[in-house]
Amino acid sequence: MVKRENTRTPVSQQPHIVDKPADTATIGGTISVEINEKKVTVPLGTTILEACRQNQIHIPTLCHHPDLCIAGVCRICVVDVEGMRTLQTACSFPITSPIKIRTSTPMVRKARRHIIDLLLSEHYGECYSCFRNGNCELQSLAKEYGVDSYTFGHVEKPRYEVDNSSASVIRDMSKCILCKRCVRTCIDLQEVGVLEAINRGHETHIGTFLDKPLADVICINCGQCINRCPTAALRANDPSDEIWAAIDDPQKHVVIQTAPSPRAAIGEEFGVEPGHSFTGELNTALKRIGFDKVFDTNFTADLTIIEEGTELLNRLKKAIVEKDESVKLPQFTSCSPGWVKFIEHFYPEYLDYLSTAKSPQQMFGAITKTFYAKEAGVDPADIVTVALMPCAAKKFECNRPEMNDSGFKDVDYGLTTREMAKMIKEAGIHLPEMPKSNFDDPFGEASGAGLIFGATGGVMEAALRTVYELVTGREVPFKNLVIEPCRGFEGIKQASVKLENCVEEYKFLEGVEVKFAVAHGTANAKKVMEMLRKGELVGYHFVEIMACPGGCLGGGGQPIPTSADIRKKRAEAIYAEEESLPIRKSHENPHVHYIYEKFLTEGPCSKLSHKLLHTHYTKRGKFIS
Amino acid sequence: MLVLEKNALSEEIEQLVAKYGSDRSALIQILQAIQRKHKFISDFAQQEVARLLSIHPVEVYSVITFYSFLCSEPKGRNIVRLCKTISCDMAGKDAVEAAVKRELGISFGETTKDKRITLEYTNCLGMCDQGPAMLVNERVYTHLDPEKAVNILNEIK
Ligand code: SF4
Ligand code: SF4
Ligand code: SF4
Ligand code: FES
Repeated sequence: MVKRENTRTPVSQQPHIVDKPADTATIGGTISVEINEKKVTVPLGTTILEACRQNQIHIPTLCHHPDLCIAGVCRICVVDVEGMRTLQTACSFPITSPIKIRTSTPMVRKARRHIIDLLLSEHYGECYSCFRNGNCELQSLAKEYGVDSYTFGHVEKPRYEVDNSSASVIRDMSKCILCKRCVRTCIDLQEVGVLEAINRGHETHIGTFLDKPLADVICINCGQCINRCPTAALRANDPSDEIWAAIDDPQKHVVIQTAPSPRAAIGEEFGVEPGHSFTGELNTALKRIGFDKVFDTNFTADLTIIEEGTELLNRLKKAIVEKDESVKLPQFTSCSPGWVKFIEHFYPEYLDYLSTAKSPQQMFGAITKTFYAKEAGVDPADIVTVALMPCAAKKFECNRPEMNDSGFKDVDYGLTTREMAKMIKEAGIHLPEMPKSNFDDPFGEASGAGLIFGATGGVMEAALRTVYELVTGREVPFKNLVIEPCRGFEGIKQASVKLENCVEEYKFLEGVEVKFAVAHGTANAKKVMEMLRKGELVGYHFVEIMACPGGCLGGGGQPIPTSADIRKKRAEAIYAEEESLPIRKSHENPHVHYIYEKFLTEGPCSKLSHKLLHTHYTKRGKFIS
Repeated sequence: MLVLEKNALSEEIEQLVAKYGSDRSALIQILQAIQRKHKFISDFAQQEVARLLSIHPVEVYSVITFYSFLCSEPKGRNIVRLCKTISCDMAGKDAVEAAVKRELGISFGETTKDKRITLEYTNCLGMCDQGPAMLVNERVYTHLDPEKAVNILNEIK
């Protein structure tokens, strides 16, 4: 029996789950159906869509998405089931009897064509200037079904004003086809609940509470809705024109930092199968585009580990040695800006549990416009910092008013993987053909620990490698440094490591069982916060949370489409690259040592590092006024 | 809204939730009760309902915008809805419509200055054999002509 956890979901939106028999060998466990005259046997309860896909029969879909519950609202997947009065939607039809299905009758084809024509009659199509041109599910269906005229008319002017209030997500409802994938993403997958269908009939549109601009409601900017929208109705706020202008301005020194996840996914934008990293190729392409320096965000990921790890050890010391009861444990990670905004809105009373360490992106910005500017002899006013991120929320993060600790806007632009691919194409470069090259110094080398930040559990794994070794003087007791309990895509992972034979400085931790938890996707984050509220996390020390399902590699700025399978392949690419790196622990990164020697001379969590590398949070609450 | 008013409204909604239950299926009954009493469902009330039913405010708003008998903005004390469907139309709706507009000095979708009446259209009231038909708050009037309609309007407080 599949347990439905999300009981709030209306029955109409709940997946049609027929209990699939555990043992398909027993009589009644499977069922034989005929699809286009071919006999196939499938487990009882399989949907027609699944049965067809398993047998290489293509059925078009629009509202269906592998990450979301079934909606059955677009009707494009209709098929003919013998004996049924009307056509049936394949995506929401569970097979429970030996039916005969036909997927391409004249009636089916005509119905599908009509559905597309009807969608087009309300869709403001201007494919040339559309960011989904070439990667749009509506466009490709129109092609697939040979749409050659607008049977039911066509929209000449946009029906809605574009909502570009948000720093991260832009909504253009004139291109929306009301598939409600974004609604299901935001309510079910992320449990943020920003979007729903507003009004009725012809006036239906997807909107926010009181139809307010996105910036005025509780959107956490995760961009997961963008990744699941079949059309261009949702897109990220693209700063590439400003970046081109900076590159073309000889006065400006344009520096780009690249996060780990885009490398593992950008190939997909160039037609490469998911699961290939293009780190070296990307470096070359970025230099050819005209960036003055190409740095590795993993360097500040290492720095984050040192700062956040030190903060954790300080908290533990206060709690254990000084018996200070005001210390908040477990410490929560703070590198996911979607998660930060989520906790600011939904659990503002728990903000003290959040590490004060900035995200790697913001640390990089602050270091670039101070330390790097000095070392390189460039006026920080002339430096433009760009961050290549898998993330939509990073755009909001770099625009937070408090993020100017260098005296300037620390990070000028957050750029998504998709937007980067577009810039590379615009420069006439085919990424997979580029020769490989290294990152630029002084932040050119990073550890594998920084690289695995891209996958859920990665921050925890990186932190454990460093904290365990600092405390005990030995490597983590896991084969080849691979901390298995941190890996995989389970919603919430929990485990512990025992600290034994500690070095003198950390004797107070002798025998302590470090308990940690890892969660990804804000629906899981919510569960963890409820555990905290109920006191079920007493005795826990460290919790990693990423707002996006799968962690950053499934971020809202990553190539479209996304699915569990694609995310898994991206993770494999990251972990494979990690094992090939010479340095795999943050505290062994020589550049990290260098910066603490030359610049942050008082060490981690000192006054200067607090000024540049730590931040504070805003109690936002969820009341929308 | 004053804090005192807010507290009173919260308390009222809490009582409704106690009465109808905190399952999301109680949503419409709760909204109808608020609508009946206050003539509209304020944004604060919507968020309180959402909080108490553990759903999202946008879901409450979505339901309110779906049903024409629920609204999120204040309207007049009385709502007059004239049937715009074909049978009433053929039975002389246009004349009634013009008379009503002239009498109140407002168009459909608008509210009189003194907040006495809001004019709206409605779809079929099921009175096709007795048209033109009009709904005043919860009461149906049939076999209208311009004079009769104006008299009805003048009786509304
Ligand atoms: S959303 Fe798709 S169909 Fe619509 S204009 Fe863009 S590319 Fe064309
Ligand atoms: S960006 Fe995230 S929180 Fe905002 S509307 Fe989209 S899914 Fe919801
Ligand atoms: S915005 Fe996109 S995902 Fe949402 S309903 Fe419209 S087309 Fe579907
Ligand atoms: S894909 Fe089946 S109804 Fe939309």
